[in-house]
Amino acid sequence: MSDQATMETIARLVPEGARVLDLGCGDGALLDLLQKQRGCSGYGIEIADANVLACVQRGVDVIQLNLDEGLAMFDDASFDVVLQIDTLQHLRNAEVMLRETARVGRIGIVAFPNFAHWPNRLSVLQGRMPVTKRLPYQWYDTPNIRVGTFKDFEVLARKNGLKIEDSFGIHEGREVRFAPNLLASTAAFKFSR
Amino acid sequence: MSFVATPQSMHFSEPLALQSGASLRAYDLSYETYGTLNADRSNAVLVCHALNASHHVAGVYAGQDRSEGWWDNMIGPGKPVDTNRFFVIGVNNLGSCFGSTGPMHRNPDTGRVYGADFPVVTVEDWVNAQARLLDALGIATLAAVMGGSLGGMQALSWTLQYPSRVRHAVVVASAPNLTAENIAFNEVARRAIVTDPDFHGGHFYEHGVTPKRGLRIARMIGHITYLSDDVMNEKFGRVLRSAAEAVNGAARLGNARDYQYTTQDIEFQIESYLRYQGDKFAEYFDANTYLLITRALDYFDPAKAWGGQLSEAMKRTQARFLLVSFTTDWRFSPARSREIVKALLDNQRHVSYAEIDAPHGHDAFLLDDPRYTGVVRSYFDSILKEAT
Repeated sequence: MSDQATMETIARLVPEGARVLDLGCGDGALLDLLQKQRGCSGYGIEIADANVLACVQRGVDVIQLNLDEGLAMFDDASFDVVLQIDTLQHLRNAEVMLRETARVGRIGIVAFPNFAHWPNRLSVLQGRMPVTKRLPYQWYDTPNIRVGTFKDFEVLARKNGLKIEDSFGIHEGREVRFAPNLLASTAAFKFSR
Repeated sequence: MSFVATPQSMHFSEPLALQSGASLRAYDLSYETYGTLNADRSNAVLVCHALNASHHVAGVYAGQDRSEGWWDNMIGPGKPVDTNRFFVIGVNNLGSCFGSTGPMHRNPDTGRVYGADFPVVTVEDWVNAQARLLDALGIATLAAVMGGSLGGMQALSWTLQYPSRVRHAVVVASAPNLTAENIAFNEVARRAIVTDPDFHGGHFYEHGVTPKRGLRIARMIGHITYLSDDVMNEKFGRVLRSAAEAVNGAARLGNARDYQYTTQDIEFQIESYLRYQGDKFAEYFDANTYLLITRALDYFDPAKAWGGQLSEAMKRTQARFLLVSFTTDWRFSPARSREIVKALLDNQRHVSYAEIDAPHGHDAFLLDDPRYTGVVRSYFDSILKEAT
């Protein structure tokens, strides 16, 4: 989900000058954009060697950590914003990390592939797991160990007592405010404790 | 074949006050430099050495085979720390046995060889001496200070002692202090040396002997702790020396050969390796230096003055940091590097941290791993970008 339009849509959720922790920051492109365009500062967390290298090449501060080991290194409310962009679906302890996100950040922003997007529904109705631009993997080789929907996340957030400040879908880089659970390939949430 | 390096020496006649309260009245520092200091003197990189290394960081000595510097794979023209662009300084620490004033030199106060009377030096003392060398070289600010293991401790200490003189610190396979286990290993090594009858209370020079037995054992212990269990098993396993020495392929089955049933002769290949390393080390390393340097390791603890709060200690830092650790390094484990990372995060300092999944234990910091060298190279590239 590194396409420019999607990134900019997410960046708009981040207040100017915010201190940001980006969980699963990939090659650091979003943090780079936040630093250059919105005067933000902060760190990325990554597990993959190639992504750590890419961040260092960009001059984005990156900490190599396995998120499944938690965020013990970070104090409560030590960041204005904690991002989980296309990270949640890879986490074994997705719920714990959601709580950790809300603990470490004053604001949490989560985006992940919405499994209830209509082409996915259609595919499952036809008896096959979806393979789309957004979910390009076969069922047997997908790195996405958590598949959830826009609505599912609302339920999980409520269960954990999180206050959803904004939520919408993203499709082809554009915000989807109408029926996002059906019409958007990506679910995006901004929440606080 | 690497480039030719030329060792230099500088004399300092201004006394150096040491952390212990003692002082060195006058001293010499051996050093080498590679590359060219730029016009605004902004491209200097200081490389700090670990236990048994020296100012000979990179390059070779003219006419000497196998004389590559100890970090020649990392530093040089076109290397991750590119001496075509950076001016790199390697300096031998006080108390060492490779040129800078140390226990085998004459004490100007007594006219006698220092021996055991060489004052205890600390990481902080070394950094102060290094700072004087930089003063003399006309370098006010370092683009970076860099080191692995004990060298990493010096790099870290630079950011605390001279915060405004360091723009970047690259701290590899290091720790904010030694654990009890680590001090314990050092103590075993020191006892091996001190209890060697040839040690003579540290004044063995006068007796024309060196405590080689102690040095060998100290080195053997060190070597065990620098490797990982996995790599040792892979390299040596339970292979018997008799099998390893046999040349034909059938002897690979030598593992199944009969034992010699000896308690004192070499039976396993790992024993042969350790003895060889010990013998080699005892030929060139100074026993008093070993004691001094392991003590400097033990004493280093910048958080001590802050009630053990590393985050408090790190408040003074201004540098940006790159930290690197190796997953199988149990002597300076990733957890110790993460403590430094956390202290920097607590202070909102710029820090990047790479945890390299390498099998080689502590030794990994001296080896070529593209993930490791790649990160270091990119980091130094980014230093240049910010300068322009």
